[in-house]
Amino acid sequence: MIRHPKLILAAMACLLAGPAAAQGLDAAIDGFFATTTGWFVAIIFSNFPGTTFPWIVGWLVAGATIFTVYFGFIQFRAFAHSIRLVRGDYSNPNDAGEVSHFQALTTALSGTVGLGNIAGVAVAVSIGGPGATFWMIVAGLLGMAAKFTECTLGVKYRNEYADGTVSGGPMYYMVKGFAERGVPGGKVMAVLFAIFCILGSFGGGNMFQANQAHAQITNVLGSYPGWITGVVMAIVVFLVIVGGLKSIASVTEKVVPFMAALYVLTALIIIGMNYDMIGTAFSQIFAGAFTNDGVVGGAIGALIQGFRRAAFSNEAGVGSAAIAHSAVRTKEPTTEGFVSLLEPFIDTVVICTMTALVIIITGQLVSDPATGMFLLNEAGTQIQTVTGNNGVALTSDAFSSQVSWFRYVLVLAVVLFAFSTMISWSYYGLKAWTFLFGEGQTKELIFKLLFCFFVVVGAASSLGAVIDFSDAAIFAMAVVNIPALYILMPIVKREMNSYLARLKSGEIRKFQ
Amino acid sequence: MASKIVVGYDGSEAAERALDFAMSRADLSGNSLVIAHVLEWSPYSFLTPSEVEERHRRRTEEMQRAETAILAPLTARIRAAGIEVETLIRYGHTAETMCRIATEQDAAMIVIGRTGHSGFAARLFGSVAGTLAQVAPVPVVIVP
Repeated sequence: MIRHPKLILAAMACLLAGPAAAQGLDAAIDGFFATTTGWFVAIIFSNFPGTTFPWIVGWLVAGATIFTVYFGFIQFRAFAHSIRLVRGDYSNPNDAGEVSHFQALTTALSGTVGLGNIAGVAVAVSIGGPGATFWMIVAGLLGMAAKFTECTLGVKYRNEYADGTVSGGPMYYMVKGFAERGVPGGKVMAVLFAIFCILGSFGGGNMFQANQAHAQITNVLGSYPGWITGVVMAIVVFLVIVGGLKSIASVTEKVVPFMAALYVLTALIIIGMNYDMIGTAFSQIFAGAFTNDGVVGGAIGALIQGFRRAAFSNEAGVGSAAIAHSAVRTKEPTTEGFVSLLEPFIDTVVICTMTALVIIITGQLVSDPATGMFLLNEAGTQIQTVTGNNGVALTSDAFSSQVSWFRYVLVLAVVLFAFSTMISWSYYGLKAWTFLFGEGQTKELIFKLLFCFFVVVGAASSLGAVIDFSDAAIFAMAVVNIPALYILMPIVKREMNSYLARLKSGEIRKFQ
Repeated sequence: MASKIVVGYDGSEAAERALDFAMSRADLSGNSLVIAHVLEWSPYSFLTPSEVEERHRRRTEEMQRAETAILAPLTARIRAAGIEVETLIRYGHTAETMCRIATEQDAAMIVIGRTGHSGFAARLFGSVAGTLAQVAPVPVVIVP
């Protein structure tokens, strides 16, 4: 249903006429972007005083580790039970027709499986070396506990409305949870989180996706200006989120899981074809994690890159998944937490690792034959690659070096992943937006039009400025969300212990 | 001994024929009817975030619509014929759900209409009547 035809037409005209007016706009947008958001990026990625270690990475590592220890390695203890929940063993047949655990998991996953898994991992490995993979896996495993915490809270403190819809997420557990514990500042944190969530929805959930989708299209089909991809994607996103063409989103949602399966399967085939290299790859991964083998920043550089890209990809501790999961009706908040802890596992430990292994095994990183050390590129910013590519193009090179036509499949996968991530993030951003400004047709339309505008900006901008801002915005969400999780984690522990006790006593039973 | 006959009913002509048959049987033997209306649903399909949010409301609406538009007029008609009847609305795989209902209700038989399609789609995906004939826990009457 389109309720504001004039406004929409005007916005469409801006989207179309703006880029067409200036050919050099790609560069202009990038320059403008770098100068306007540079200070924000600088704060988020500033180092601990006197070191080269970004404080935000320490922040994420500390958070994930604390949750893991506090909940007694719940991600390993509850792993099997989580899979049984997703399989539907504990679902009451009388609740059929409601959102199942499987659907909650796949919907949240389609928001996180995106270009972070394909392009972000390539960035991590080309800067941090194979060792970054090790830290990425560690971050993925630890992140499972963070995801568990935030999603349990998201369900517990959501708002349920008379018409049967629900709204939830960090904004709501900050306000209601803090009030319950008698801790002040919940509202302030909720507002801050909502602001960062909106920025994150424009950044990592949108511009980064559009940017890397364009990069892969030009990588395969040849170069053309970024705004063209941007406008086309913006129009499709516009049709879905404003025009109400739900069928496009539904189709994407159905194709994406198969694309993800195809991606993992192809990676496994390539790894199998080079089975003699598996040992070497793993020794490079383990050695690189602890030693300085020519990567930027040494072993610490590998750790930084691994954690950074893992957090960017699986969004554990960021708070976005709490928004997605809170819409699910369930009597037990803990079950949503358990289901959600599978997300970092699938996203990072499985899919991201596949990307990294394919890049390493196919020998995309150039090393010095004499010393075995990786060579840096001329600028010294990353490891030299065979083709000189980075980001999604590097992943594409790695896959097509073994299966030449896979680059075309990857284009389709990348565009679909980007699209489904954008649709998810438009939802997260909108929830934050309505939390701040209230619900209403016009207010929501303003957000949606802004969202479409940033699709164009993202596609037209160069990798550097966009990746930096995208990271910074997503991590800014974690800066607010993680302290809230610290304050509220005793509540989660109480819920979890009660659930586990009832599971053990047989009060919670399998159906059939 | 009076027992129950489960009728699969979706408002189609074939379902109407099945119901007529079941009513005549119930009339003769003094059985009661259980009208089962199954909404096809898989917990393993994929949804968008906004579909997830709206799901509960949609489900409530769908069940209300089925009750008022399909089942309520039907119940009145069957009761008027002097036959005892209860109705069930369930979500799930149609044939599997029918079997579960037959077991739960301790039914004597299942009556179901068939559409008579013998095309490629029916061969590929199977039909409800065909599946029931193979897996139902009680005798199945397939009304042509």
